[in-house]
Amino acid sequence: MKKVYGSAPAALDGLLFDGMLIAAGGFGLCGIPELLIAAIRDSGTKNLTVASNNAGVDGFGLGLLLETRQIKKMISSYVGENAEFMRQYLSGELELEFNPQGTLAERMRAGGAGIAGFYTRTGVGTVIAEGKDVKTFDGQDYILERGIVADLSIVKAWKADPSGNLVFRKTARNFNPPAATCGKVCVAEVEQIVPLGSLDPDTIHLPGIYVHRIVQGQHEKRIEQRTVRKREAV
Amino acid sequence: MWDRNQMVARAAQELQDGWYVNLGIGIPTLVSNYIPAGIEVTLQSENGMLGMGPFPFEGEEDADLINAGKQTITELPQTAFFDSAQSFAMIRGGKIAMAILGAMEVAENGDLANWMIPGKLVKGMGGAMDLVAGVGRVVVVMDHTSKHGESKVLKACTLPLTGKGVVDRIITNLGVLDVVPGGLRIVECAEGVTEAELRAATEATIVG
Repeated sequence: MKKVYGSAPAALDGLLFDGMLIAAGGFGLCGIPELLIAAIRDSGTKNLTVASNNAGVDGFGLGLLLETRQIKKMISSYVGENAEFMRQYLSGELELEFNPQGTLAERMRAGGAGIAGFYTRTGVGTVIAEGKDVKTFDGQDYILERGIVADLSIVKAWKADPSGNLVFRKTARNFNPPAATCGKVCVAEVEQIVPLGSLDPDTIHLPGIYVHRIVQGQHEKRIEQRTVRKREAV
Repeated sequence: MWDRNQMVARAAQELQDGWYVNLGIGIPTLVSNYIPAGIEVTLQSENGMLGMGPFPFEGEEDADLINAGKQTITELPQTAFFDSAQSFAMIRGGKIAMAILGAMEVAENGDLANWMIPGKLVKGMGGAMDLVAGVGRVVVVMDHTSKHGESKVLKACTLPLTGKGVVDRIITNLGVLDVVPGGLRIVECAEGVTEAELRAATEATIVG
């Protein structure tokens, strides 16, 4: 059982095919699997459906796969930062399935946990509920949402050990754990691979059972909205 | 009439000691600048954080530490991080006492529209639909009228809804209104605004 690969293309070798469903971690540009996304672009795989909270920005993250028209459909909660996305969507070139953010996260979690569907109050009485089963529990309406099982999950973590145990850093955790669990195969890119035994078992965020391949690399970690405050005059 | 800061300061008066609160992207984020003395609240950021601190000093930005508006922020001694599934579990599970959100339109039955303008603006609902469905109390902060002077406090929303019957209180530049059976009730008028002016700027039914 060898999980560590030498490069992002090597880590994806044999896993990509046209028309596949990919679940990606990240929130905005924070904690996105930027190396794996670039490798998918270079592979030329097309007609992809990508479940990801956001769609990157022009020229970075999933924005790279939008530019090359490799994505046929996005399943996302918020796509407001990407002009190319907007253009393709409004011209009908790109399909978009809006999911409320918590519904998307729970669909991934459920898919990875063997839960085919769940009832939620989120979206009741809105366009999100159209065509979905509605059930009343304790006098309140809930809609049925399906778990997502992806052909491939791509995630980004801070540290991994060679067995695939992952540790995330601050808010870069976000969608990465639920996305990782919902894939038939999960590839994780990390900033550091540390020796077996050097991660405290009590502090592992995602156990290695969910992670099939690991690749270490250099991350740009672009900041989307750099916001600072002034230091008080001393 | 209240300016943006006065509106946000009024919204901050809604906070109660010990509450866990989610502030929406944009103007609601500014509420954190006006938390009243003696009131301790914990801010939740739906991308996976409780205990959100202020913006970092220049040079101390961390790409791995952002809020739901993708702005760089800082952590506090009580901060906890978690994944998105857990974040929305606490939202849907009713653990968050209040959300303060922006709005494009709000209606007298508590309907809220704040996520899209068909054919024009397609950004997405983000976490707003989950928040309005799950949190204890929903307060909306918005301008009372559009740039063209049309009321945004309506009998019925015209835009796609974020949630049905979910708003509890509306704070605008003209005053504060509560959603009650039969319509809206005036709680207070903004500085220099008469009740007649507030009523005239409101399309929704005002009761009482």
